[in-house]
Amino acid sequence: MKITLKVWRQKDQNDEGRFVEYTADHVSPDMSFLEMLDVVNIGLVKKGETPVAFDHDCREGICGSCGMMINGRAHGPGRGIATCQLHMRSFRDGDTIVIEPWRSNAFPVLKDLMVDRTSFDRIMQAGGYTSAKTGGVPDGNAILIPKPVADEAFDAAACIGCGACVAACPNSSAMLFVSAKVSQLALLPQGQAERTARVQRMIAQMDEEKFGSCSNTYACEAECPKQISVTHIARLNREFVASQF
Amino acid sequence: MTLDSKIPGGPIDKKWSEHKFHMKLVNPANRRKYKVIVVGTGLAGSAVAASLGELGYNVLAFSYHESPRRAHSIAAQGGINAPKNYSNDGDSVHRLFYDTLKGGDYRAREANVYRLAEVSGSIIDQCVAQGVPFARDYAGYLDNRSFGGAQVARTFYARGQTGQQLLLGAYSALVRQMDQGSVKFHERREMLDLVVVDGKARGIIARNLLNGKLESYSADAVVLATGGYGNVFYLSTNAKASNATAVWRAHKRGAFFGNPCFTQIHPTCIPVTGDHQSKLTLMSESLRNDGRVWVPKKKGDARPAKDIPENERDYYLERLYPSFGNLVPRDVASRRAKEMCDNGYGVGSSKMAVYLDFADAIKRLGRDKIFEKYGNLLDMYKQITGEDPYQVPMRIYPAVHYTMGGLWVDYNLMSTVPGLFVLGEANFSDHGANRLGASALMQGLADGYFIAPYTVSDYLASTSFTPAPADGPAFKEAENTVTASINKLLGIDGTKTVDEFHREFGKVMWDHVGMARNKEGLKKALELLPKIRAEFWKGVKITGNAHEINTELEKAQRVADFMELGELMALDALQREESCGGHFREEFQTEEGEAKRNDRKFAYVAAWEYAGAGKKPVLHKEELKFEYVKPSQRSYK
Repeated sequence: MKITLKVWRQKDQNDEGRFVEYTADHVSPDMSFLEMLDVVNIGLVKKGETPVAFDHDCREGICGSCGMMINGRAHGPGRGIATCQLHMRSFRDGDTIVIEPWRSNAFPVLKDLMVDRTSFDRIMQAGGYTSAKTGGVPDGNAILIPKPVADEAFDAAACIGCGACVAACPNSSAMLFVSAKVSQLALLPQGQAERTARVQRMIAQMDEEKFGSCSNTYACEAECPKQISVTHIARLNREFVASQF
Repeated sequence: MTLDSKIPGGPIDKKWSEHKFHMKLVNPANRRKYKVIVVGTGLAGSAVAASLGELGYNVLAFSYHESPRRAHSIAAQGGINAPKNYSNDGDSVHRLFYDTLKGGDYRAREANVYRLAEVSGSIIDQCVAQGVPFARDYAGYLDNRSFGGAQVARTFYARGQTGQQLLLGAYSALVRQMDQGSVKFHERREMLDLVVVDGKARGIIARNLLNGKLESYSADAVVLATGGYGNVFYLSTNAKASNATAVWRAHKRGAFFGNPCFTQIHPTCIPVTGDHQSKLTLMSESLRNDGRVWVPKKKGDARPAKDIPENERDYYLERLYPSFGNLVPRDVASRRAKEMCDNGYGVGSSKMAVYLDFADAIKRLGRDKIFEKYGNLLDMYKQITGEDPYQVPMRIYPAVHYTMGGLWVDYNLMSTVPGLFVLGEANFSDHGANRLGASALMQGLADGYFIAPYTVSDYLASTSFTPAPADGPAFKEAENTVTASINKLLGIDGTKTVDEFHREFGKVMWDHVGMARNKEGLKKALELLPKIRAEFWKGVKITGNAHEINTELEKAQRVADFMELGELMALDALQREESCGGHFREEFQTEEGEAKRNDRKFAYVAAWEYAGAGKKPVLHKEELKFEYVKPSQRSYK
């Protein structure tokens, strides 16, 4: 296959940035999207040009490093996958693909397709944990958690922190991300003691990081590689309201 | 220098508790005066940084990732072992100890392995308390499954994402300490040198990957938890950035390298599709609980799987190993798959694959149950290959997955450089010549939560420190060494990219230092590898400069280190004239084609000392003594 790429190039945080066109020849449908970019980058280096910078690591959809807007969609076409799980068989010979970094003021661009998502870590720092000290805990089976509850908590805990929810949201809201952690710990008995403080602190930090508000477009759920449900946002709202009383 | 493993005396089940009792303690009020550097924030690194922070030490944590949650521990799928005996099937600390030692083909230290088994139960409790959503039954109790190399169900799991959930648990403990100010996390920093002052590890040189600045950090102890070196082969199941630079540079500063040739090949990975392949994807070993491995009985049979009748299929693992069947350890399953393909029974277009078939399990348990147990893995397979494993059998082939070798450490997890501790996959300690499934997560967290916090404290309490400021001469010297190496790389301006060199080097490693090795091939590798390395230093092309985000430069430094480490692996494989676990020397096998150990000559840990550039490394041997388990020929029949 032959593919035309329009890639966002931006030297550093201060650079204005622009789209640059590249051609990828001999693309195999079995290649992953990132492998296609690898091949383009090898070509660029050979010509003495700077390769396109993008975050990536595990390349199996779990580390949450990769993420780019592909033809305007977070992680590209297909549901329930991260960019690294997208394969070129999803495109056709002769296609033009537009590639941009995550769009959000809370994720400043570092270079090309790399963005700074440390705001997510700061939200987690604001209470996204149980205060269990190493060693001072009861036996695992002393805390009974029926399967349906464990399963629902798992569904929320599956979040990989990639930021697609924010990038897909017209308001750059991080509600799906925050709700996943709040919901996981609100569902589990281990999370009860700090339930009130947690939701308040995490929401306050989310606002401080300048993420927008949720207006129920559900774009986050549609693009989430782990298909985390917006029902967790509903639970987040409930937790937040309940925490006021 | 003689190696002292510092194994405490007394009976094996009392060693750790006695040892802990005799350790020196640091008064809680004095702890904040001690600084500890932790490099790497995967399972072992996050766990130790959080635990030391909780104790009150002043912890500086480093990662080349933007966040601790990106570490490759996150990709572990299947589970974590603990001898809780919740299944009432006769499990015990002693049995887990025995299984792990046997699984490692008797090339690990008894005392370390026993301690690992002993503390593993606490890991499960710790993770549950953190909110890790392990699989549960309807009554709310923890669920278990069985894994390769064991006949009890002792593996705890969180669907096929156990590593993710455990890492997020450790990450939550770490961010809690960051929140409290006891741990300062330095993101996007790559450790490029270890600083040794008066014979003790006192700091690191790290490169800020965002602006290229070299930064010096001084401390009273340094903990490396930087993972394994499977990427030496280029293609492996490791993440793209996983590298050996931190351990290799520590090696060059005096830390011995233990058993570098012990590499694990995982039997169930998705086969290679072409030259563009950038990495391999693992399919959890847990799939072998319900999937059946087979090849056609007829050589070169090109019929689609569904057209091959039952009596023309060879379920070779069940045939060869009736008692363990599809659940034989990884090294055995891998070698048999390679043998089947080498002998012409391979399937798929490349013929370098065997089938892993769920048809029987779907018939027996129903599609829903299989989805519940393995849903995300089967989806992942479909995404990558375009084939639906609910309809057609999966195609699998072995791939490099884990490295049992690593920096040599004593019982306290301290390397041969005083004050340098090494945890998790980065050390050589607990898995011998082969690691059993669901033991990597166990070891990383055991080291991080329950071992290093004690032994690091003991070291701090019993050592007197002179000031070692970060602008002192040893730091300057290390910084200059790193700068010189970076400038040299950037000045080459050759014609081939880093990836091209890496791929070429990796191919030689896979062909000659891979799943099966022999004297001739290893000697050939030792000729070829230095040549490729010399070409690399003359012909690599790196664009950009040292003062910006430069991913090519990052890769080049890692590959340069892999090239030195790869040679050491070949050298180690050559001197070990026996087969054991993942190290299979074709000259040394039983009549049935199993690994044939030579306990009389090779029951030792090979610990290599760096002797300087261009000089032959020096081999030191730590004899392994077996008092509680009598080494026997492993049999899984």
